[in-house]
Amino acid sequence: MAQGVWTIAEQREGEIRKITYELVSEGRRLADALGQELTVVLLGSNVKDKAAEFGNYGADKVLVADDPRLETYTTDAYVSVISQLVKANEPGILILGASVQGKDLSARLAASLDVAMAQDCTAFAIEDGNLVATRPIYAGKAYAKVTFENSWPQMAAARPKVMSISEPDTSKSAEVMDAAFTLDDGDLKTKVVDVAKDESGKVDLTEADKIVSGGRGMKGPENYKILEDLADLIGASVGASRSAVDAGWRPHSDQVGQTGKVVSPNLYVACGISGAIQHLAGMSTSKVIVAINKDEDAPIFQKADYGVVADLFDVVPALTEEVKKYL
Amino acid sequence: MNIIVCLKQVPDTESQIKIGSDSKSVVTDDIKWVMNPYDEFGVEEALRLKEKHGGEVTVVGLGPKRVTESIRTALAMGADKGILITDDALDGSDSLANAKAIAAAVKDLEYDLIFTGQRGVDDDMGVVGATVAELLGIPQISLIVKLEAAEDGKSVKVERPIEGETLVIESTLPALVTAQKGLNEPRYASLPGIMKAKKKPLEEKSLADLGLDSAGFGEGARKLKILELTPPPARDAGKIIEGETPQEKAANLAKLLHEEAKVL
Repeated sequence: MAQGVWTIAEQREGEIRKITYELVSEGRRLADALGQELTVVLLGSNVKDKAAEFGNYGADKVLVADDPRLETYTTDAYVSVISQLVKANEPGILILGASVQGKDLSARLAASLDVAMAQDCTAFAIEDGNLVATRPIYAGKAYAKVTFENSWPQMAAARPKVMSISEPDTSKSAEVMDAAFTLDDGDLKTKVVDVAKDESGKVDLTEADKIVSGGRGMKGPENYKILEDLADLIGASVGASRSAVDAGWRPHSDQVGQTGKVVSPNLYVACGISGAIQHLAGMSTSKVIVAINKDEDAPIFQKADYGVVADLFDVVPALTEEVKKYL
Repeated sequence: MNIIVCLKQVPDTESQIKIGSDSKSVVTDDIKWVMNPYDEFGVEEALRLKEKHGGEVTVVGLGPKRVTESIRTALAMGADKGILITDDALDGSDSLANAKAIAAAVKDLEYDLIFTGQRGVDDDMGVVGATVAELLGIPQISLIVKLEAAEDGKSVKVERPIEGETLVIESTLPALVTAQKGLNEPRYASLPGIMKAKKKPLEEKSLADLGLDSAGFGEGARKLKILELTPPPARDAGKIIEGETPQEKAANLAKLLHEEAKVL
């Protein structure tokens, strides 16, 4: 009988990514609900020294696959290794992150194991010993509660920034073990040949704690400066609505919404965004939503925790001054 | 270069989604169906590659007969032929089963490259592309925003943005890539294109035609069971910030964000 909860760690250039701690913390909660062990699987090159620390967040064991060919994520190498480990150890539940990497990995891994997978989940529970996952569909216009049938391990990916990270307990460490696997170079068809770093130094919208976003009400690309000033001050990333992106004011990578990024920051400030349903779909899991719009009937106010009915060109610069008092 | 584009029909992104009385499905009566926006990028990119390297573009759709409209749209944009996998037994299938049907339809075709959208904007799963690639035993690269095919047609170089960086990835062909916004601006079908599309071959295939047993499909065969659909969690009615002037409103907002919401 398949048993135990597994989570897959995510590292980049040897640094553990934050989503990993979200997964380990959530994995611990699920393992406790089942009364089973939590194992973290870490792939990379020279990453073993990072493994024991997962115990602080509740991991019982860490399985480390260390190989130079695993230094940078590639679908074929990672799927091959994790698939071997899953088949050899038969965990009952497998949780990954729905980061860009995790979405790619989880989809292919599920296919290689011929199991169902619940993508981009916002909540997990154990009911009758089974994993039950809640996931937004239609970009959050509805939520689906799903479970698994004849599908082992029960596999799901968690939306970044939704699962809370437990307070680390430094007295606890995990048992670190070397994973047994083989990798055939002939199976590796894809290769990362170059990495272009984003030079803005901004956190990606999907990982940002705060987002200041502008829509059609910005009137033109030159006016985003006032959003950037506010964003710089409070440590936010700048997003945009589809109409602003389609107008060519902002790059595609800044678009928030159903055909853009789905974000869950602690603070989302929507400036001059009317709140088309496809935009609301992309940001409604934000913890605190502020809307600044001069049209008091704009649908965005229905979703906002704080609404300011006024011209954003007056409010935003004033807000930038006012927040200085609290930084 | 022979290219396959997988295509799904989804509710227009402006659609309201209503949950049915069974609490397990959505009401489809008033929905306007469109080609999945991410699949449109795939169609466009396939046409550009064809224009540059020659070859044929085949569109493969799955679903009820209405999906024909979206396949015709792709043909009107310039694709050469279409296949619609349609069978009552497919109704209610999960992504895994749908991908199996698509892979079965594709496996005997000649192809160098397969496009899918990075996800359908309905279920938001994004697993069909990867599953088709796995079943066909070919590499996948997901969420691409740029693609260049080598002159010899044996490999591709793509750009894939991840959090804070863009990876440049090379892959041997055949391969499957999933299209992300930013890849291109899809063309509109021209009037002559629409006329021509009516005469282009569009074949329908049932599960039996694909050599598949219908027992493996449909609601009953789902490995991912839907327990319940619910509306999104309601947000409490917000506060409209008081103030005589925009400056006063800004001051009050900053204070609330600090003292009440504790996000500053």
